[in-house]
Amino acid sequence: MTDASYPDELRYHEAHDWVRIDGDIATFGITWYAQDTLGEVVYYSPPAVGAAITKDGDYGELESTKAVSGLVAPLSGEVVEVNDGLEGSESTINDDPYGEGWLIKVRMSDPAEADALMDAASYQAFVDEL
Amino acid sequence: MQPDGLRRTPLYDRHIAAGARIVPFAGWAMPVQYEGIIPEHRAVRTAAGVFDVSHMGQLELRGPRTLEYLQWMLSNDLQRIAAGHAQYTLLLNDRGAPVDDLIAYRWADDHLLLVVNASRVDPDRDRVQAELPDGVMLTDRSAELAMLALQGPQSLELVDLPELPPFGFTESEVCGVSAIVARTGYTGEPGVELIVDNGSAGKLWDALVGAGAVPCGLGARDTLRLEVCYPLYGNDLSEQRTALEAGLGWVCPLDDKDFAGAAALREQRERGGYDRLVAFTMEERGIPRPGMAVLPAGEVTSGTMSPSLNVGIGMAYVPEDVAGTGTEITIDVRGRQLAARVARKPLYVKERV
Repeated sequence: MTDASYPDELRYHEAHDWVRIDGDIATFGITWYAQDTLGEVVYYSPPAVGAAITKDGDYGELESTKAVSGLVAPLSGEVVEVNDGLEGSESTINDDPYGEGWLIKVRMSDPAEADALMDAASYQAFVDEL
Repeated sequence: MQPDGLRRTPLYDRHIAAGARIVPFAGWAMPVQYEGIIPEHRAVRTAAGVFDVSHMGQLELRGPRTLEYLQWMLSNDLQRIAAGHAQYTLLLNDRGAPVDDLIAYRWADDHLLLVVNASRVDPDRDRVQAELPDGVMLTDRSAELAMLALQGPQSLELVDLPELPPFGFTESEVCGVSAIVARTGYTGEPGVELIVDNGSAGKLWDALVGAGAVPCGLGARDTLRLEVCYPLYGNDLSEQRTALEAGLGWVCPLDDKDFAGAAALREQRERGGYDRLVAFTMEERGIPRPGMAVLPAGEVTSGTMSPSLNVGIGMAYVPEDVAGTGTEITIDVRGRQLAARVARKPLYVKERV
């Protein structure tokens, strides 16, 4: 388990997802706060490559030893890659939530949606209020 | 009613203090989980848990023709139970589809209590009122009564409870509180449901939690009931699907009595070829959810990851020729076609010790 951190280069959604934007491709994952709240992740149910996902909509599920939690899409687009490396080693999501624990990559359909997301300082303030 | 438009049970402040996550459910602010769905689920399967189900409705009928009227208005045969016993039954519309599924408590021939789903109190009351004969009085007691469900293999030894057979009920003092105690539940475990005045709910809750019952939310209630394939109104039951489609023919004795909605069911039985509500288990890792498509045909109405079986489980309406136990089906989980198999109900069967 790592210490709490919210990297500056990421954008954040209030459902505790992060986004890394590189051109028209956005990588999604869950934040340190999300994985800490969920506890040890034991199962990841990703969408299919090619599936269309919608901002604020459900795109997958994580199951931990405590709960099953829906994954909320921070942006809209088409799934271009799923992190298959997590299968059988889902606790990577706990150990490295911003690195090897990424969940999917999406080709954004409306990059302007990212303007509505929080920066690291805003998200940190948001989490401090919870 | 609160500023958020949601009603609160008498236990709301206790839920907040216990750190529950609160969600809107049928117009009520209800705890979905405290510690977590999985530990709460396990507590009920292995020890004892307590649920606040005060959102549920209670309709009381009194008067000399009460039994006769409900024998017509409800599908199941109230003559199969004696006074002091409760029965699972349906209130059907004219098309044979449930307005609600409920428990009828037979106090006496002139006095029955119906415990109904929170989301269905108004339609139920309207339906029962519509044909109410002279000599029967209907009172909606939902607002004044609270209800706690104490469930789990250790639940009957946790505090002093009256000895009752399954589905038996009586009035009794429990933890110093006057309660209707019924050997009923929605988890597939032994247990009781306790109906008390709103003002007594806090004292009873504190006593049960103090005796070791784990506070459990609606999340665990859903995973527990789905493992034993109890249908949930609004998911698996609706006014668009008949009792026969829902697999509830066993509470519709069509050959033994007449009742509201029976004509439509007899006609459907005669005609055949209708969809069935089946239970299924995933053969691949994945979690089915309501609204997901079933292939070759059908739709998921309930789904979850089963904490007891550690596999995705669900219920779905499928065509008759797909409904047989063992039939291979496919669930579309967000664009992934995952294998599943129709399974016998209940999906979870307790090992007999």
